[in-house]
Amino acid sequence: MVTTNVVGILMSGVFHAAVLFLVAAGLQVVFGVQKIFNLACGSFYALGAYAGVSAVTAFIGAGGPPVLFIVPLVAAGLAVGLVGLVVERGLLRYVYERDETFQLLLTFAIVLMMEDLIRMTWGTAPRSTAGLYLAYGQARLLGAAVPVYNLIVIAASVAIAIGIGWLLARTTFGRIIRAAADNREMAEGLGVDMRRVRARVFTLGTALGTLGGALVIPATAAMSEMGVELIVEAFAVVVIGGLGSMRGAFVGALVVGVLQAVAISLYPEMEMLLIYLIVIAVLLLRPQGFFGRAAA
Amino acid sequence: MTARLALAGAALAALAVPLVAPVYYTLLMLPFMAYAVVLLGLNLLFGYAGLLSFGHALFIGVGAYTGAFLTTYTQIRSLEVILLIAAALGGTVAALVGALCVRYVKIYFGMLTLAFGMVFYTFLLKFYRVTGGDEGMRVLRPTLLGLDWSAMPKTDYLVGPYYYYSLAVLAVATIVMWRIVRSPFGLCLRTVRDNPAKAEALGLGVARYRWRAFVISAVYAAVGGALLGPPTGNVDPTLAYWTQSGNLVFMILLGGFASFSGPLVGAFAFIFLQDSVMSVLTYWRLVFGAILAAIVIFAPGGLMGLFHRPSALEVSRR
Repeated sequence: MVTTNVVGILMSGVFHAAVLFLVAAGLQVVFGVQKIFNLACGSFYALGAYAGVSAVTAFIGAGGPPVLFIVPLVAAGLAVGLVGLVVERGLLRYVYERDETFQLLLTFAIVLMMEDLIRMTWGTAPRSTAGLYLAYGQARLLGAAVPVYNLIVIAASVAIAIGIGWLLARTTFGRIIRAAADNREMAEGLGVDMRRVRARVFTLGTALGTLGGALVIPATAAMSEMGVELIVEAFAVVVIGGLGSMRGAFVGALVVGVLQAVAISLYPEMEMLLIYLIVIAVLLLRPQGFFGRAAA
Repeated sequence: MTARLALAGAALAALAVPLVAPVYYTLLMLPFMAYAVVLLGLNLLFGYAGLLSFGHALFIGVGAYTGAFLTTYTQIRSLEVILLIAAALGGTVAALVGALCVRYVKIYFGMLTLAFGMVFYTFLLKFYRVTGGDEGMRVLRPTLLGLDWSAMPKTDYLVGPYYYYSLAVLAVATIVMWRIVRSPFGLCLRTVRDNPAKAEALGLGVARYRWRAFVISAVYAAVGGALLGPPTGNVDPTLAYWTQSGNLVFMILLGGFASFSGPLVGAFAFIFLQDSVMSVLTYWRLVFGAILAAIVIFAPGGLMGLFHRPSALEVSRR
């Protein structure tokens, strides 16, 4: 019985971690190149969630087979990622030379705007995709019943993590990203078009966030506050893992996701308190995080 | 000199508000005055010391809940005592938090303060047996200068004695802050902001100056927070949420962080703009987000910056 509970708790934690990783990865890649801590990544997550609900509802309404709901879900999540391109070209590109205080505040402005844009589009009532969560049934894992959908999301997230690792390490675009993150002026001097790199990187970061939001939606309802709530969790993830590090985002997401799941079942009052205390400890003892560079 | 005249003019106008303005607008002045106190302090940290706190709502929360705790759990009703205890608690918490935070600058300082703010927020939210959780706590009507106003209708109390009490607190807070920024301490703070290496070489303890600014700003925030409770009679955890901290910085930027009266202008503009936008459409965040974006991109000097442009140095990367 005990192992069953433990497995169940751990798996729900890992599921949450899988989604958190996607959003945090988006935060990291943008911080790496743009050096902007993007508070709006939580809003992109919320946008992806709502877009996912709408797409799936439309799909089912048009008579699509419930088993295939994941196709419109992922498509919608990725498609609204293009908002990132609009935001980058329309707003962020004006502040790259400014103090980071102003950059942070601009992303806060985007948080405010996105929250109301979502309310205007989808209303204030929570939206969910009723009954699709268990469309793939449940799997038995050491006696614990785990929704197969959760396993799919976890697998997808790991695959995306590997994909990003490959992108950064092996492709030309990845090398350019790393060069730009390391030394922007040198990269520009060597002929890298930073305008294009920034636009692409920000769109990539946004798409990761919107995809994360879309994927979480069969398991929970979309609410207009979900963005501002998630950003502080994603913030904890990147601080624990180390700002700008992909590996850090992966490990940080696991730490936050699993700890949260454990705390909720053991001592609910401590749920987020524990996370923030860890964040503070990490910031004080190792401000570069577990996988960040030494320069902090 | 013109600044002093403008301040004196504003003070006279504020004195006349309850006599000439409709009750509705007089009531709106109450959160303005509370936030103005908060922002005066925050601007010492942000404008003069160059540190961006993204967790200052923590200290508003400390102040507001001090009032709620004292009036709920003890017999203390005196607003003077509440303000003093709020200031002391805010200062104590800030002394501890600040000691840990001031070693860092820029984004790391912002992140640390955000994390501390969220610790307090989750405490307020989750330990509902003590704090009332997301419903918050009631704040009973405090006595002012030992006088009990409980027989007075609530609105009369708020637009009468409570209004002038808040105004007096704001006036004292403004004068004290004026002295602080004009003092050698204020000058040192600006040196620390503009060139920490040089300040250190001149023998100024950079961390110590930042810490002092942090504690002073927290005391201001706690006092302002304590003033926020009585008008609504209720405090809840959203006062300490991170978006509240963001709004505070927004207000500063709206008024202009490069000038002394920027925070006052910013708080005033924010409160009254929010009210007028919300009376037309519910989506005030959309409008405010757009305003904030426009300020950041086009007018980083804020409203006051439209009158006297801050030098390029103050706006560009520090």
